[in-house]
Amino acid sequence: MCAWIMAGVTFREAARRKILWTAFLAGLAFLALFGTGMHFQAEHFTRASLPPFVRYQVLSTMLQVGFYAVDLLAVVMTILTSVDVLSGEIASGTIQAIATKPISRWQVLIGKWVGFAGMVAAYVAAMFGGVTAVGYFIGGVLPRHALVSALLVLLECLLVLTITFMFGTWFSTLANGVIVLGLHGLAFIGGWIEQIGAATDTPRLVTVGVVSSLIMPSEAIWRRASFEMQSSFARSFRFSPFSEASAPSLAMVEYAIAYLLVALIIAVYHFDQRDL
Amino acid sequence: MFLGLVKPSDGQALVLGVPTGDVEIRRKIGFLPEDFRFYTWLTASELLNLHGRLCGMTTARLRERVPALLDLVGLTPHREKRLREFSKGMLQRIGLAQALIHEPELIFLDEPTSGLDPMGRRLVRDVIRAQRDRGATVFLNSHLLSEVEITCDHVVFMKEGEVVASRDLRALPHGEIRVSARVRNFPPKAVAELARWSTNAQLDGERLTLATGSTEVLPDILRHLVAAGADVFEFAPEKLSLEDLFLKIMGEDRGL
Repeated sequence: MCAWIMAGVTFREAARRKILWTAFLAGLAFLALFGTGMHFQAEHFTRASLPPFVRYQVLSTMLQVGFYAVDLLAVVMTILTSVDVLSGEIASGTIQAIATKPISRWQVLIGKWVGFAGMVAAYVAAMFGGVTAVGYFIGGVLPRHALVSALLVLLECLLVLTITFMFGTWFSTLANGVIVLGLHGLAFIGGWIEQIGAATDTPRLVTVGVVSSLIMPSEAIWRRASFEMQSSFARSFRFSPFSEASAPSLAMVEYAIAYLLVALIIAVYHFDQRDL
Repeated sequence: MFLGLVKPSDGQALVLGVPTGDVEIRRKIGFLPEDFRFYTWLTASELLNLHGRLCGMTTARLRERVPALLDLVGLTPHREKRLREFSKGMLQRIGLAQALIHEPELIFLDEPTSGLDPMGRRLVRDVIRAQRDRGATVFLNSHLLSEVEITCDHVVFMKEGEVVASRDLRALPHGEIRVSARVRNFPPKAVAELARWSTNAQLDGERLTLATGSTEVLPDILRHLVAAGADVFEFAPEKLSLEDLFLKIMGEDRGL
Protein backbone atom coordinates (compact mmCIF):
# COMPACT_ATOMS: atom_id res chain seq x y z
CA MET A 1 0.00 0.00 0.00
CA CYS A 2 2.74 2.46 1.02
CA ALA A 3 4.73 1.56 -2.11
CA TRP A 4 1.70 2.59 -4.19
CA ILE A 5 1.50 5.88 -2.32
CA MET A 6 5.16 6.52 -3.17
CA ALA A 7 4.55 5.54 -6.80
CA GLY A 8 1.66 7.99 -6.95
CA VAL A 9 3.76 10.75 -5.38
CA THR A 10 6.55 10.13 -7.91
CA PHE A 11 4.08 10.34 -10.78
CA ARG A 12 2.46 13.48 -9.39
CA GLU A 13 5.85 15.06 -8.83
CA ALA A 14 6.79 14.54 -12.47
CA ALA A 15 3.47 16.01 -13.56
CA ARG A 16 3.54 18.92 -11.09
CA ARG A 17 7.12 19.84 -11.83
CA LYS A 18 6.28 19.80 -15.54
CA ILE A 19 8.91 17.10 -16.19
CA LEU A 20 6.31 14.81 -17.73
CA TRP A 21 4.74 17.49 -19.91
CA THR A 22 8.09 18.88 -21.04
CA ALA A 23 9.19 15.40 -22.10
CA PHE A 24 5.95 14.82 -23.98
CA LEU A 25 6.13 18.25 -25.64
CA ALA A 26 9.69 17.51 -26.75
CA GLY A 27 8.40 14.17 -28.04
CA LEU A 28 5.59 15.90 -29.95
CA ALA A 29 8.09 18.31 -31.50
CA PHE A 30 10.18 15.34 -32.55
CA LEU A 31 7.15 13.58 -34.06
CA ALA A 32 6.15 16.73 -35.92
CA LEU A 33 9.62 17.04 -37.40
CA PHE A 34 9.78 13.36 -38.24
CA GLY A 35 6.30 13.45 -39.82
CA THR A 36 7.27 16.46 -41.94
CA GLY A 37 10.38 14.68 -43.19
CA MET A 38 8.44 11.52 -43.94
CA HIS A 39 5.74 13.53 -45.73
CA PHE A 40 8.21 15.32 -48.02
CA GLN A 41 10.02 12.09 -48.82
CA ALA A 42 6.78 10.23 -49.61
CA GLU A 43 5.60 13.16 -51.75
CA HIS A 44 8.88 13.17 -53.65
CA PHE A 45 8.55 9.47 -54.39
CA THR A 46 5.00 9.97 -55.66
CA ARG A 47 6.17 12.71 -58.06
CA ALA A 48 9.30 10.85 -59.14
CA SER A 49 7.32 7.63 -59.72
CA LEU A 50 10.09 5.35 -58.45
CA PRO A 51 9.51 1.60 -58.14
CA PRO A 52 7.44 0.72 -55.03
CA PHE A 53 10.26 -1.49 -53.79
CA VAL A 54 12.74 1.41 -53.60
CA ARG A 55 10.10 3.66 -52.04
CA TYR A 56 9.32 1.03 -49.40
CA GLN A 57 12.95 0.43 -48.50
CA VAL A 58 13.84 4.11 -48.20
CA LEU A 59 10.75 4.94 -46.13
CA SER A 60 11.33 1.85 -43.94
CA THR A 61 14.88 3.04 -43.29
CA MET A 62 13.51 6.47 -42.37
CA LEU A 63 11.11 4.77 -39.98
CA GLN A 64 14.02 2.90 -38.47
CA VAL A 65 15.85 6.21 -38.00
CA GLY A 66 12.76 7.48 -36.17
CA PHE A 67 12.75 4.50 -33.81
CA TYR A 68 16.47 4.90 -33.25
CA ALA A 69 15.89 8.52 -32.19
CA VAL A 70 12.99 7.44 -29.94
CA ASP A 71 15.23 4.89 -28.26
CA LEU A 72 17.94 7.48 -27.66
CA LEU A 73 15.44 10.04 -26.38
CA ALA A 74 13.79 7.50 -24.07
CA VAL A 75 17.10 6.35 -22.56
CA VAL A 76 18.37 9.91 -22.04
CA MET A 77 15.03 11.05 -20.59
CA THR A 78 15.03 8.08 -18.23
CA ILE A 79 18.49 8.93 -16.93
CA LEU A 80 17.93 12.68 -16.68
CA THR A 81 14.62 12.44 -14.86
CA SER A 82 15.63 9.75 -12.38
CA VAL A 83 19.28 10.58 -11.69
CA ASP A 84 18.44 12.88 -8.78
CA VAL A 85 15.64 10.89 -7.26
CA LEU A 86 17.46 8.97 -4.53
CA SER A 87 20.84 10.70 -4.29
CA GLY A 88 19.21 14.15 -4.33
CA GLU A 89 16.70 13.31 -1.63
CA ILE A 90 19.38 11.73 0.52
CA ALA A 91 21.68 14.76 0.10
CA SER A 92 18.95 17.32 0.81
CA GLY A 93 17.51 15.39 3.77
CA THR A 94 14.07 15.16 2.18
CA ILE A 95 14.19 11.40 2.55
CA GLN A 96 14.34 11.70 6.36
CA ALA A 97 10.72 12.76 6.70
CA ILE A 98 9.61 9.79 4.57
CA ALA A 99 11.97 7.13 5.93
CA THR A 100 10.85 7.81 9.51
CA LYS A 101 7.23 7.01 8.68
CA PRO A 102 5.88 3.47 9.11
CA ILE A 103 7.08 2.46 5.67
CA SER A 104 9.93 0.08 4.88
CA ARG A 105 12.79 1.44 2.87
CA TRP A 106 12.21 -1.19 0.18
CA GLN A 107 8.70 0.19 -0.21
CA VAL A 108 10.11 3.71 -0.67
CA LEU A 109 12.52 2.55 -3.36
CA ILE A 110 10.16 0.17 -5.15
CA GLY A 111 7.37 2.76 -5.00
CA LYS A 112 9.55 5.36 -6.68
CA TRP A 113 10.80 2.79 -9.18
CA VAL A 114 7.24 1.81 -10.10
CA GLY A 115 6.30 5.47 -10.51
CA PHE A 116 9.19 6.07 -12.89
CA ALA A 117 8.62 2.77 -14.69
CA GLY A 118 5.00 3.84 -15.33
CA MET A 119 6.15 7.16 -16.77
CA VAL A 120 8.83 5.55 -18.92
CA ALA A 121 6.28 3.00 -20.20
CA ALA A 122 3.85 5.80 -21.07
CA TYR A 123 6.61 7.73 -22.84
CA VAL A 124 7.85 4.74 -24.84
CA ALA A 125 4.26 3.78 -25.76
CA ALA A 126 3.43 7.32 -26.88
CA MET A 127 6.62 7.79 -28.88
CA PHE A 128 6.60 4.33 -30.43
CA GLY A 129 2.92 4.72 -31.24
CA GLY A 130 3.59 8.16 -32.71
CA VAL A 131 6.45 7.03 -34.94
CA THR A 132 4.49 3.94 -36.04
CA ALA A 133 1.47 6.14 -36.86
CA VAL A 134 3.64 8.56 -38.84
CA GLY A 135 5.20 5.64 -40.74
CA TYR A 136 1.83 4.08 -41.54
CA PHE A 137 -0.34 7.11 -42.27
CA ILE A 138 2.24 9.28 -44.03
CA GLY A 139 4.80 6.86 -45.43
CA GLY A 140 2.62 3.79 -45.79
CA VAL A 141 5.22 1.58 -44.06
CA LEU A 142 5.02 -0.46 -40.87
CA PRO A 143 7.77 -2.06 -38.80
CA ARG A 144 7.76 -5.80 -38.30
CA HIS A 145 7.00 -6.89 -34.71
CA ALA A 146 6.40 -3.33 -33.49
CA LEU A 147 5.02 -4.46 -30.12
CA VAL A 148 7.98 -6.75 -29.38
CA SER A 149 10.37 -3.94 -30.30
CA ALA A 150 8.52 -1.45 -28.10
CA LEU A 151 8.67 -3.89 -25.19
CA LEU A 152 12.40 -4.38 -25.77
CA VAL A 153 13.00 -0.61 -25.77
CA LEU A 154 10.96 -0.41 -22.57
CA LEU A 155 13.16 -3.16 -21.10
CA GLU A 156 16.24 -1.14 -22.08
CA CYS A 157 14.85 1.98 -20.37
CA LEU A 158 13.89 0.01 -17.24
CA LEU A 159 17.38 -1.44 -17.14
CA VAL A 160 18.91 2.04 -17.32
CA LEU A 161 16.39 3.27 -14.70
CA THR A 162 17.33 0.45 -12.33
CA ILE A 163 21.05 1.06 -12.73
CA THR A 164 20.44 4.76 -12.06
CA PHE A 165 18.51 3.86 -8.91
CA MET A 166 21.20 1.41 -7.81
CA PHE A 167 24.07 3.88 -8.12
CA GLY A 168 21.82 6.59 -6.63
CA THR A 169 21.95 4.69 -3.33
CA TRP A 170 25.74 5.09 -3.32
CA PHE A 171 26.77 8.20 -5.18
CA SER A 172 25.90 11.86 -5.51
CA THR A 173 23.64 12.97 -8.34
CA LEU A 174 26.47 14.16 -10.53
CA ALA A 175 28.61 11.06 -10.02
CA ASN A 176 25.58 8.86 -10.61
CA GLY A 177 24.80 10.60 -13.90
CA VAL A 178 28.40 10.30 -15.05
CA ILE A 179 28.52 6.58 -14.18
CA VAL A 180 25.23 5.65 -15.86
CA LEU A 181 25.85 7.70 -19.00
CA GLY A 182 29.39 6.32 -19.10
CA LEU A 183 28.09 2.76 -18.89
CA HIS A 184 25.56 3.41 -21.63
CA GLY A 185 28.32 4.97 -23.74
CA LEU A 186 30.42 1.86 -23.17
CA ALA A 187 27.53 -0.33 -24.28
CA PHE A 188 26.98 1.92 -27.31
CA ILE A 189 30.55 1.77 -28.55
CA GLY A 190 30.70 -1.93 -27.70
CA GLY A 191 27.69 -2.48 -29.92
CA TRP A 192 29.40 -0.76 -32.83
CA ILE A 193 32.58 -2.73 -32.30
CA GLU A 194 30.56 -5.94 -32.34
CA GLN A 195 28.82 -4.94 -35.58
CA ILE A 196 32.08 -3.98 -37.28
CA GLY A 197 33.60 -7.25 -36.10
CA ALA A 198 30.66 -9.23 -37.50
CA ALA A 199 30.67 -7.32 -40.81
CA THR A 200 34.40 -7.86 -41.29
CA ASP A 201 34.42 -11.39 -39.85
CA THR A 202 36.76 -10.43 -36.99
CA PRO A 203 35.80 -12.71 -34.06
CA ARG A 204 37.96 -10.88 -31.54
CA LEU A 205 36.08 -7.65 -32.19
CA VAL A 206 32.80 -9.48 -31.75
CA THR A 207 34.05 -10.84 -28.42
CA VAL A 208 34.93 -7.33 -27.25
CA GLY A 209 31.44 -6.18 -28.21
CA VAL A 210 29.79 -9.10 -26.42
CA VAL A 211 31.82 -8.48 -23.28
CA SER A 212 30.81 -4.79 -23.30
CA SER A 213 27.18 -5.91 -23.67
CA LEU A 214 27.60 -8.19 -20.67
CA ILE A 215 28.95 -5.27 -18.66
CA MET A 216 26.00 -3.08 -19.71
CA PRO A 217 23.38 -4.77 -21.89
CA SER A 218 21.29 -1.66 -22.70
CA GLU A 219 22.52 -1.10 -26.26
CA ALA A 220 22.32 -4.81 -27.04
CA ILE A 221 18.59 -4.70 -26.22
CA TRP A 222 18.10 -1.82 -28.65
CA ARG A 223 19.93 -3.77 -31.33
CA ARG A 224 17.64 -6.74 -30.72
CA ALA A 225 14.62 -4.40 -30.92
CA SER A 226 15.98 -2.97 -34.16
CA PHE A 227 16.51 -6.48 -35.50
CA GLU A 228 12.91 -7.38 -34.68
CA MET A 229 11.62 -4.37 -36.64
CA GLN A 230 13.55 -4.84 -39.84
CA SER A 231 12.49 -6.41 -43.06
CA SER A 232 14.64 -9.30 -44.28
CA PHE A 233 15.94 -7.03 -47.06
CA ALA A 234 17.18 -4.42 -44.57
CA ARG A 235 18.87 -7.13 -42.53
CA SER A 236 20.82 -8.17 -45.60
CA PHE A 237 22.69 -4.83 -45.62
CA ARG A 238 25.04 -6.30 -43.01
CA PHE A 239 26.45 -3.05 -41.75
CA SER A 240 24.58 0.08 -40.84
CA PRO A 241 23.29 1.47 -37.53
CA PHE A 242 19.88 0.07 -38.33
CA SER A 243 20.57 -3.29 -39.88
CA GLU A 244 22.02 -5.68 -37.42
CA ALA A 245 25.06 -7.48 -38.64
CA SER A 246 25.29 -9.22 -35.30
CA ALA A 247 21.86 -9.30 -33.70
CA PRO A 248 21.96 -10.11 -29.99
CA SER A 249 20.37 -13.45 -29.17
CA LEU A 250 17.34 -14.03 -26.97
CA ALA A 251 19.79 -15.22 -24.34
CA MET A 252 21.05 -11.62 -24.17
CA VAL A 253 17.49 -10.44 -23.54
CA GLU A 254 17.17 -12.96 -20.71
CA TYR A 255 20.53 -11.83 -19.40
CA ALA A 256 19.32 -8.20 -19.42
CA ILE A 257 16.19 -9.15 -17.45
CA ALA A 258 18.31 -11.02 -14.89
CA TYR A 259 20.74 -8.05 -14.79
CA LEU A 260 17.83 -5.69 -14.08
CA LEU A 261 16.47 -7.87 -11.28
CA VAL A 262 19.88 -8.25 -9.64
CA ALA A 263 20.50 -4.48 -9.88
CA LEU A 264 17.09 -3.84 -8.30
CA ILE A 265 17.82 -6.26 -5.46
CA ILE A 266 21.23 -4.63 -4.86
CA ALA A 267 19.59 -1.18 -4.90
CA VAL A 268 16.97 -2.25 -2.34
CA TYR A 269 19.55 -3.96 -0.15
CA HIS A 270 21.99 -1.06 -0.14
CA PHE A 271 19.28 1.55 0.38
CA ASP A 272 18.02 -0.50 3.32
CA GLN A 273 21.45 -0.83 4.90
CA ARG A 274 22.86 2.66 4.48
CA ASP A 275 22.51 5.55 6.91
CA LEU A 276 20.23 8.34 5.78
CA MET B 1 18.99 5.79 15.44
CA PHE B 2 15.67 5.57 17.32
CA LEU B 3 13.90 6.19 14.03
CA GLY B 4 16.03 3.83 11.99
CA LEU B 5 17.79 6.54 9.97
CA VAL B 6 21.20 5.51 11.27
CA LYS B 7 22.21 1.93 11.95
CA PRO B 8 23.90 1.20 15.27
CA SER B 9 27.52 0.14 14.92
CA ASP B 10 27.08 -2.13 17.90
CA GLY B 11 24.63 -3.09 20.60
CA GLN B 12 20.89 -2.75 20.76
CA ALA B 13 18.38 -0.13 21.85
CA LEU B 14 14.67 -0.31 22.49
CA VAL B 15 12.14 2.34 21.67
CA LEU B 16 8.64 1.95 23.12
CA GLY B 17 9.69 -1.56 24.05
CA VAL B 18 10.77 -2.78 20.62
CA PRO B 19 14.17 -2.71 18.88
CA THR B 20 15.00 0.46 16.97
CA GLY B 21 14.44 0.18 13.26
CA ASP B 22 11.09 -1.59 13.69
CA VAL B 23 8.80 -0.18 11.02
CA GLU B 24 5.44 -0.73 12.69
CA ILE B 25 6.40 1.07 15.90
CA ARG B 26 6.82 4.25 13.86
CA ARG B 27 3.04 4.50 13.77
CA LYS B 28 3.46 5.70 17.35
CA ILE B 29 6.39 8.01 16.69
CA GLY B 30 6.48 11.52 15.25
CA PHE B 31 9.64 13.24 14.03
CA LEU B 32 10.59 16.75 12.99
CA PRO B 33 14.09 16.82 11.46
CA GLU B 34 16.31 19.78 12.27
CA ASP B 35 16.24 21.13 8.75
CA PHE B 36 12.81 20.09 7.58
CA ARG B 37 12.77 19.72 3.82
CA PHE B 38 10.12 18.19 1.71
CA TYR B 39 8.74 18.16 -1.80
CA THR B 40 8.32 21.86 -2.43
CA TRP B 41 5.78 21.24 -5.18
CA LEU B 42 3.24 20.06 -2.60
CA THR B 43 0.81 22.39 -0.87
CA ALA B 44 0.60 22.45 2.93
CA SER B 45 -2.62 20.36 2.96
CA GLU B 46 -1.23 17.88 0.44
CA LEU B 47 1.88 17.41 2.54
CA LEU B 48 -0.15 16.62 5.67
CA ASN B 49 -2.43 14.29 3.73
CA LEU B 50 0.56 12.44 2.29
CA HIS B 51 2.20 12.01 5.69
CA GLY B 52 -1.10 10.91 7.20
CA ARG B 53 -1.59 8.31 4.49
CA LEU B 54 1.94 7.01 5.00
CA CYS B 55 1.02 6.63 8.68
CA GLY B 56 -1.98 4.54 7.67
CA MET B 57 -4.67 7.13 8.45
CA THR B 58 -8.04 6.89 6.74
CA THR B 59 -9.36 9.60 4.42
CA ALA B 60 -12.17 10.37 6.85
CA ARG B 61 -9.73 10.84 9.73
CA LEU B 62 -7.47 13.03 7.60
CA ARG B 63 -10.39 15.20 6.55
CA GLU B 64 -10.83 16.07 10.18
CA ARG B 65 -7.21 16.07 11.31
CA VAL B 66 -5.53 18.12 8.54
CA PRO B 67 -7.54 21.35 9.02
CA ALA B 68 -7.17 21.01 12.80
CA LEU B 69 -3.39 20.76 12.54
CA LEU B 70 -3.11 23.59 10.03
CA ASP B 71 -5.08 25.67 12.48
CA LEU B 72 -2.87 24.57 15.37
CA VAL B 73 0.32 25.73 13.64
CA GLY B 74 -1.28 28.88 12.25
CA LEU B 75 -1.08 27.92 8.59
CA THR B 76 -4.77 27.76 7.68
CA PRO B 77 -4.54 30.83 5.39
CA HIS B 78 -1.64 29.16 3.56
CA ARG B 79 -3.12 25.67 3.24
CA GLU B 80 -3.22 25.75 -0.57
CA LYS B 81 0.14 27.45 -0.96
CA ARG B 82 3.04 25.38 -2.26
CA LEU B 83 5.93 24.73 0.09
CA ARG B 84 8.37 26.44 -2.26
CA GLU B 85 6.69 29.72 -1.30
CA PHE B 86 7.10 29.05 2.44
CA SER B 87 9.59 30.87 4.65
CA LYS B 88 11.88 28.86 6.95
CA GLY B 89 9.58 29.54 9.88
CA MET B 90 6.54 28.36 7.95
CA LEU B 91 8.41 25.19 6.95
CA GLN B 92 9.19 24.56 10.61
CA ARG B 93 5.50 24.94 11.43
CA ILE B 94 4.32 22.56 8.72
CA GLY B 95 7.11 20.18 9.73
CA LEU B 96 5.80 20.23 13.29
CA ALA B 97 2.29 19.54 12.00
CA GLN B 98 3.42 16.49 9.98
CA ALA B 99 5.16 15.12 13.08
CA LEU B 100 1.87 15.28 14.98
CA ILE B 101 -0.55 14.22 12.23
CA HIS B 102 -1.04 10.67 13.57
CA GLU B 103 -1.16 11.65 17.27
CA PRO B 104 2.05 9.79 18.17
CA GLU B 105 2.93 8.59 21.65
CA LEU B 106 6.56 9.59 21.25
CA ILE B 107 7.67 12.73 19.43
CA PHE B 108 11.23 13.67 18.46
CA LEU B 109 11.67 17.36 17.71
CA ASP B 110 15.11 18.36 16.49
CA GLU B 111 15.67 22.10 16.98
CA PRO B 112 11.97 22.89 16.43
CA THR B 113 12.30 26.59 17.20
CA SER B 114 15.20 27.39 14.90
CA GLY B 115 14.10 29.92 12.32
CA LEU B 116 11.02 30.90 14.29
CA ASP B 117 10.10 34.36 15.50
CA PRO B 118 9.09 34.83 19.18
CA MET B 119 5.44 34.09 18.38
CA GLY B 120 6.44 30.93 16.58
CA ARG B 121 8.61 29.85 19.51
CA ARG B 122 5.74 30.40 21.88
CA LEU B 123 3.49 28.36 19.59
CA VAL B 124 5.97 25.47 19.64
CA ARG B 125 6.14 25.64 23.44
CA ASP B 126 2.35 25.54 23.66
CA VAL B 127 2.17 22.63 21.23
CA ILE B 128 4.76 20.67 23.21
CA ARG B 129 2.88 21.28 26.44
CA ALA B 130 -0.39 20.23 24.81
CA GLN B 131 1.24 17.00 23.61
CA ARG B 132 2.64 16.35 27.06
CA ASP B 133 -0.78 16.96 28.59
CA ARG B 134 -2.43 14.43 26.28
CA GLY B 135 0.14 11.87 27.50
CA ALA B 136 2.77 11.93 24.76
CA THR B 137 6.49 11.98 25.48
CA VAL B 138 8.33 14.72 23.65
CA PHE B 139 12.07 14.56 23.02
CA LEU B 140 13.24 18.10 22.39
CA ASN B 141 16.72 18.39 20.99
CA SER B 142 17.87 21.98 21.22
CA HIS B 143 20.79 24.29 21.80
CA LEU B 144 18.42 27.05 22.93
CA LEU B 145 18.66 26.26 26.62
CA SER B 146 16.25 28.98 27.67
CA GLU B 147 13.60 27.18 25.59
CA VAL B 148 14.51 23.87 27.16
CA GLU B 149 14.38 25.36 30.64
CA ILE B 150 10.81 26.58 30.26
CA THR B 151 9.51 23.63 28.26
CA CYS B 152 11.03 20.40 29.52
CA ASP B 153 10.59 18.24 32.60
CA HIS B 154 13.88 16.43 32.23
CA VAL B 155 17.10 17.53 30.64
CA VAL B 156 20.02 15.41 29.51
CA PHE B 157 23.35 16.84 28.42
CA MET B 158 25.25 14.97 25.76
CA LYS B 159 28.82 15.39 24.71
CA GLU B 160 30.34 13.53 21.80
CA GLY B 161 27.44 11.09 21.78
CA GLU B 162 27.54 10.29 25.49
CA VAL B 163 25.27 11.40 28.30
CA VAL B 164 27.38 13.48 30.66
CA ALA B 165 24.66 14.78 33.00
CA SER B 166 20.93 14.79 33.54
CA ARG B 167 18.59 16.91 35.63
CA ASP B 168 14.97 16.70 36.66
CA LEU B 169 13.78 20.23 35.97
CA ARG B 170 10.46 19.64 37.74
CA ALA B 171 12.41 19.30 40.97
CA LEU B 172 14.27 22.53 40.18
CA PRO B 173 11.59 24.93 38.91
CA HIS B 174 13.72 27.94 39.77
CA GLY B 175 16.99 26.51 38.53
CA GLU B 176 19.70 25.00 40.66
CA ILE B 177 21.16 26.89 43.63
CA ARG B 178 24.70 26.00 44.47
CA VAL B 179 25.92 26.86 47.98
CA SER B 180 29.55 27.05 48.91
CA ALA B 181 30.27 27.59 52.63
CA ARG B 182 33.40 27.66 54.83
CA VAL B 183 32.59 26.03 58.13
CA ARG B 184 34.51 24.71 61.11
CA ASN B 185 33.39 22.23 63.78
CA PHE B 186 30.57 20.87 61.65
CA PRO B 187 29.88 17.23 62.64
CA PRO B 188 29.58 14.60 59.87
CA LYS B 189 26.20 13.53 61.28
CA ALA B 190 24.87 17.01 60.62
CA VAL B 191 26.16 16.83 57.02
CA ALA B 192 23.94 13.81 56.46
CA GLU B 193 20.98 15.74 57.88
CA LEU B 194 21.37 18.29 55.07
CA ALA B 195 19.68 15.68 52.83
CA ARG B 196 16.39 17.35 53.88
CA TRP B 197 17.27 20.22 51.51
CA SER B 198 19.97 18.85 49.30
CA THR B 199 20.91 15.50 47.81
CA ASN B 200 24.57 16.17 47.26
CA ALA B 201 25.96 17.93 50.35
CA GLN B 202 29.69 17.31 50.75
CA LEU B 203 32.19 18.41 53.36
CA ASP B 204 35.82 18.59 52.32
CA GLY B 205 37.91 20.01 55.16
CA GLU B 206 36.26 23.30 55.93
CA ARG B 207 34.60 23.56 52.51
CA LEU B 208 30.95 22.55 52.47
CA THR B 209 29.21 22.39 49.08
CA LEU B 210 25.63 21.55 48.32
CA ALA B 211 22.96 22.16 45.73
CA THR B 212 19.31 22.86 46.27
CA GLY B 213 16.30 23.75 44.22
CA SER B 214 15.01 26.89 45.91
CA THR B 215 16.30 30.02 47.60
CA GLU B 216 13.46 29.59 50.12
CA VAL B 217 15.36 26.89 52.00
CA LEU B 218 18.62 28.84 52.37
CA PRO B 219 17.72 30.31 55.83
CA ASP B 220 16.81 26.79 57.03
CA ILE B 221 20.18 25.44 55.88
CA LEU B 222 22.05 28.28 57.57
CA ARG B 223 20.09 27.77 60.82
CA HIS B 224 20.91 24.04 60.64
CA LEU B 225 24.63 24.79 60.36
CA VAL B 226 24.57 27.11 63.36
CA ALA B 227 22.35 24.76 65.40
CA ALA B 228 24.79 21.91 64.74
CA GLY B 229 27.52 23.99 66.36
CA ALA B 230 29.39 25.00 63.22
CA ASP B 231 31.35 28.20 62.96
CA VAL B 232 30.28 29.72 59.62
CA PHE B 233 32.87 31.98 58.01
CA GLU B 234 31.35 32.12 54.57
CA PHE B 235 27.96 31.21 53.04
CA ALA B 236 27.70 31.92 49.30
CA PRO B 237 24.64 30.81 47.34
CA GLU B 238 24.88 30.96 43.53
CA LYS B 239 21.92 30.50 41.20
CA LEU B 240 22.72 28.40 38.13
CA SER B 241 20.60 28.73 35.02
CA LEU B 242 20.49 25.79 32.64
CA GLU B 243 22.97 27.65 30.50
CA ASP B 244 25.36 28.07 33.46
CA LEU B 245 24.89 24.42 34.23
CA PHE B 246 25.61 23.54 30.60
CA LEU B 247 28.82 25.58 30.60
CA LYS B 248 29.85 24.06 33.90
CA ILE B 249 29.31 20.55 32.62
CA MET B 250 30.64 20.97 29.10
CA GLY B 251 33.41 23.41 29.90
CA GLU B 252 34.02 26.75 28.24
CA ASP B 253 34.37 26.88 24.47
CA ARG B 254 38.06 27.39 23.80
CA GLY B 255 37.57 27.95 20.10
CA LEU B 256 38.34 31.19 18.21
